[in-house]
Amino acid sequence: MIRLEHVSRVFHVGDTVVRALDDISEHIRPGEHVALMGPSGSGKSTLLHVIGCLDRPSSGRYVLDGREVSGLDDAALTEARRHLIGFVFQAFHLVPRLTAAENVELPLVFAGVPRAERHQRVAAGLAAVGLSARAAHRPEQLSGGERQRVAIARAMIMRPRVLLADEPTGNLDTASGRQVLDLLDELHRGGLTLVVVTHDPTVARRAERVLLMVDGRIARRMAPEDILGAPGATA
Amino acid sequence: MTVPDIVAFALRALRGHRVRTALTMLAVAVGVAAVVVLTALGEGARRHVVREFESLGSTLLAVIPGKTETTGAAAFVSVTTRDLTLADAEALRRRVPAVRRVAPLTMATATVAHRERRRQVVIAGTTSEFLELRRLQLGRGRFLPAGDIARGSAVAVLGAAVARELFPAADPLGSVVRIAGQRARVIGILAPRGVQLGMNLDEVVVIPVARAMRLFNRRSLFRILLDVHAHADLARARAQVVAVLRERHGAEDVTVITQDAVLSSFSGILRALTLAVAAIAGISLAVAGIGIMNVMLVSVAERTAEVGLLRAVGAGRGQVAGVFLAEAGVLSLAGGLLGSVGAAAIIAGLRVIYPALPARPPSWALPSAVGLAVAMGLLFGLVPARRAARLDPVVALGRG
Repeated sequence: MIRLEHVSRVFHVGDTVVRALDDISEHIRPGEHVALMGPSGSGKSTLLHVIGCLDRPSSGRYVLDGREVSGLDDAALTEARRHLIGFVFQAFHLVPRLTAAENVELPLVFAGVPRAERHQRVAAGLAAVGLSARAAHRPEQLSGGERQRVAIARAMIMRPRVLLADEPTGNLDTASGRQVLDLLDELHRGGLTLVVVTHDPTVARRAERVLLMVDGRIARRMAPEDILGAPGATA
Repeated sequence: MTVPDIVAFALRALRGHRVRTALTMLAVAVGVAAVVVLTALGEGARRHVVREFESLGSTLLAVIPGKTETTGAAAFVSVTTRDLTLADAEALRRRVPAVRRVAPLTMATATVAHRERRRQVVIAGTTSEFLELRRLQLGRGRFLPAGDIARGSAVAVLGAAVARELFPAADPLGSVVRIAGQRARVIGILAPRGVQLGMNLDEVVVIPVARAMRLFNRRSLFRILLDVHAHADLARARAQVVAVLRERHGAEDVTVITQDAVLSSFSGILRALTLAVAAIAGISLAVAGIGIMNVMLVSVAERTAEVGLLRAVGAGRGQVAGVFLAEAGVLSLAGGLLGSVGAAAIIAGLRVIYPALPARPPSWALPSAVGLAVAMGLLFGLVPARRAARLDPVVALGRG
């Protein structure tokens, strides 16, 4: 599903060169659930952005769903995001003036899906995250857990192949965090490829594989049960 | 993403900032209203003048002594102006078949007195046909007698105001007044008419032309007024008038103006004035456009994280630009419509206050004012929209 070959991402900050990703090669199979761990600044978010086609590698090859995307232009990357990728963020990123339903509808609007079909799919999407009753509420009227579930419904509305989650439980209490993780597990069981950035071991332990990043490199590839003993796995 | 989707999204964004949206719309509305109201005033003035001229009839010609057009070589040929005489007027009547009526005219200012009351008025010396030629109405009595124009009997027709002031109680008809010291019998009174093209017809005294020329010792007429049967005859009649007078005077020493020419030049001047005023008012629309740009720049800055999110969920650069451009467009269009309604209300109010002025915007004013407003909105919305479209999605998301 996701194949990275010698991928680097270099930022120029003033005179200094920051290697956010340094020669990363990795293969994530379709339907796999992978957790990305590592201390702040280790490059895990940058890796997520590259995988999500929001950012382009400075060098190396990236093949997504059988298609090389490292050389694509902005329009083609937009297409890839639209149809293959779903994003979930720590800060939810719901549009405050829109209702839950309208937030979920956004990707369909930009993809040009007809209005009638949109409403049907939004209703189904909200039902899938258990928020049918909250469809007409604005984000400020929802709890944190509910907001993140709306964000997941939005990420899933285009039926992507890959869901990328950046600290999905970072702003949530334990109970709502568990609900969100259960929801992600359920989606994974349905065949979705899941990549979760986290520094919370309880989140990472739900993955099938854990990649520990340090200084832009994948320092260790672990089974979830080995996390607790690994140095640098917890921030 | 369809146009209704984009507009709906833009409306949502605008409703999120009601005060900001309202103020920006107000700026556009003021600009549009200024253009429409000012052009309505200019156009109203033009209509007013045209109507005044048209009340004189569009088949009118006036012969003025002296050649005023000095174009080309003619400027260097000296032309001795000969007098424009009553015989000339008679010749025009005889020899120009298209002519319907002829009224020679001489003008002077003199004192008119009845017993101890006296008044300084304009004396118009003319003939019987003047009444219909100038489309005047007789109030009472008769107008000047028809017949030999050289005779000049001692009669007078008073303007309405003159009659009222000289004869506050008595009946003027049949009474004798003194005009520049000479006696004349009042045979008629004009109906009140008011000011027509700067001349107050209520304050004139009309007497036979031959008598006026003797009284004021004039050899040349002030002008000869003619009218033709139909508007189509005007050009031919004009040429014939010039030909007849050239033959009689030995040179072309008169100027013949048609009502049409005067009317169209007046109308042209006022139309140009209206355009100039509209252009000045249009500047306020440009200022409103700058206001839109300012608001949109603030909006893009505030919604950077939202732009990042839109890009993440699959919005292209063009779509993001479209969303912000639509906001600018909706702002300016709504402001333009608001301004149109305001302008209509102001114009309706003006027509109540000044009924004489037919204040109505020319047909192009409203669509072009609203069109210009929207064009300004889109033009000035372009920079913020491009700025939004060019945001790096990763950086934009980080600003959450």
